[in-house]
Amino acid sequence: MKHISMTVNGDQHELLVDTSWTLLETLRDHLRLTGTKEGCSNGNCGACTVMINGRTANSCLVLAAEMDGNEITTIEGIATQGKLNAVQEAFIKDGALQCGFCTPGFIISTTALLQRDPNPSEVEIRTRLAGNLCRCTGYDKIVMAVEDAAAMLRG
Amino acid sequence: MPDFDFAQPTSLDEALALFAAEGEVRALVGGTDIVDQLKTGRRNADMVVDVKRIPELQRLEMADDGLHIGAARALTDIGECPAVRSDYRGLADSSVLVGSWQIQNRAGLGGNVCNAAPSGDTIPSLLTHDASAIVASTSGRREIALSDFFAGPGQTVLQKGEILVEVVLPPIPDNSASAYLRFIPRNEMDIAVAGVGSFLQLNPSDNTVQKARIALASVAPTPVRARAAEEALEGNVLSDELIETAAVAAVGSATPISDVRGSAEYRRELVKVLTRRTLGICRDRISG
Ligand SMILES: Cc1cc2nc3c(=O)[nH]c(=O)nc-3n(C[C@H](O)[C@H](O)[C@H](O)COP(=O)(O)OP(=O)(O)OC[C@H]3O[C@@H](n4cnc5c(N)ncnc54)[C@H](O)[C@@H]3O)c2cc1C
Ligand code: FES
Ligand code: FES
Repeated sequence: MKHISMTVNGDQHELLVDTSWTLLETLRDHLRLTGTKEGCSNGNCGACTVMINGRTANSCLVLAAEMDGNEITTIEGIATQGKLNAVQEAFIKDGALQCGFCTPGFIISTTALLQRDPNPSEVEIRTRLAGNLCRCTGYDKIVMAVEDAAAMLRG
Repeated sequence: MPDFDFAQPTSLDEALALFAAEGEVRALVGGTDIVDQLKTGRRNADMVVDVKRIPELQRLEMADDGLHIGAARALTDIGECPAVRSDYRGLADSSVLVGSWQIQNRAGLGGNVCNAAPSGDTIPSLLTHDASAIVASTSGRREIALSDFFAGPGQTVLQKGEILVEVVLPPIPDNSASAYLRFIPRNEMDIAVAGVGSFLQLNPSDNTVQKARIALASVAPTPVRARAAEEALEGNVLSDELIETAAVAAVGSATPISDVRGSAEYRRELVKVLTRRTLGICRDRISG
């Protein structure tokens, strides 16, 4: 076991973690933050995407033990005081989801993308989101929602 | 996952002492190879050492003897580094191809190199830039030419207790450029069916090739230099015909296998096509 102190969505947590726990299982099973999903568990699907110190990562490939002193943002930390962010609004407005399993990961990746580039091209959107798989939508509506969210944010 | 001890040293000396211990001690950078390998039992560990907090392993800096890239430095940083984007463009090409953005944010150059996959996308680019590996253990440091670093699929020449500290790419000469391309069935998120890195230095007065480097991924047990193709280029005037001759020669350095990603014959054809294309990109980059 290892003692870690990590911040999740602004709240600091002191945890005793097993060295073999992934960040994903720690978030879901121990902190009960089940918005982050487990799809493949090997880095391919992106359902488990979170931000670590502002950068996206596949939480299924991260050990909780690595996280001492780090700041994590999960899908639960994206809305502020009950108000959805522009990316969430755009995904709803454009119907960029069906079953919704991939959506938390897409929202995190899109939020990170728009923080970096407020006006991404379609190619950039598709490249930056290539690590997030969706088995329902066919991606076009997701790309549309990202473009709409970018436009909303630019005002 | 199996149980293992975990350590997060903040200095190289502290880390080397840990690696000197008995048993299977494994370094962890991004974990994008090793975590799944541990989960599925393909590799074991008595201790996992997170090396990301060792300042020397995070170095990314141009010095007189070239560009120093610490083993733990994330591929995202390497792909965005101005020196890499101007002087070592093949490495920039490679860095943004590895997996996805999420993967590049975590994965370190040292992880790609030490995982020693025949398909490791950064390796051909490092080979074309004559990179060397600086490795260390409690008994000291040594420098290994990267072309001597790989021993087989997943195998390096690192000894027990030794870790990769950094990779050094010598300064580039004038009138030179590098490029990397790989072929996969989709644009992202797959392992190269074949990959080719090229480097060219031209004599501006007569367009002869002063130096050529070509390295191949996914077509041999380790990433390999295509030395016959390099020799075919050097000393001759660069032309489409010469590029074609080199592309054909590169195929001779490939010893591919057939697997789900492609047949050996298909891979040989890809080596030819990708060699031709990357040499063309080098030529354009030198003139552009
Ligand atoms: C979905 C997915 C897609 C991928 N796509 C690609 C791709 O397109 N191209 C590609 O090349 N790879 C790909 N990979 C593989 C992997 O992401 C890369 O090899 C990556 O660069 C590994 O880096 P890391 O820092 O995560 O390595 P880690 O997993 O942390 O380590 C890898 C190995 O290197 C050893 N190691 C690490 N640092 C050192 C050191 N300093 N000294 C000694 N040993 C060390 C570790 O012990 C381990 O055995 C992919 C992986 C996934 C999950
Ligand atoms: S669950 Fe992590 S990438 Fe699929
Ligand atoms: S909405 Fe079902 S997987 Fe994307």
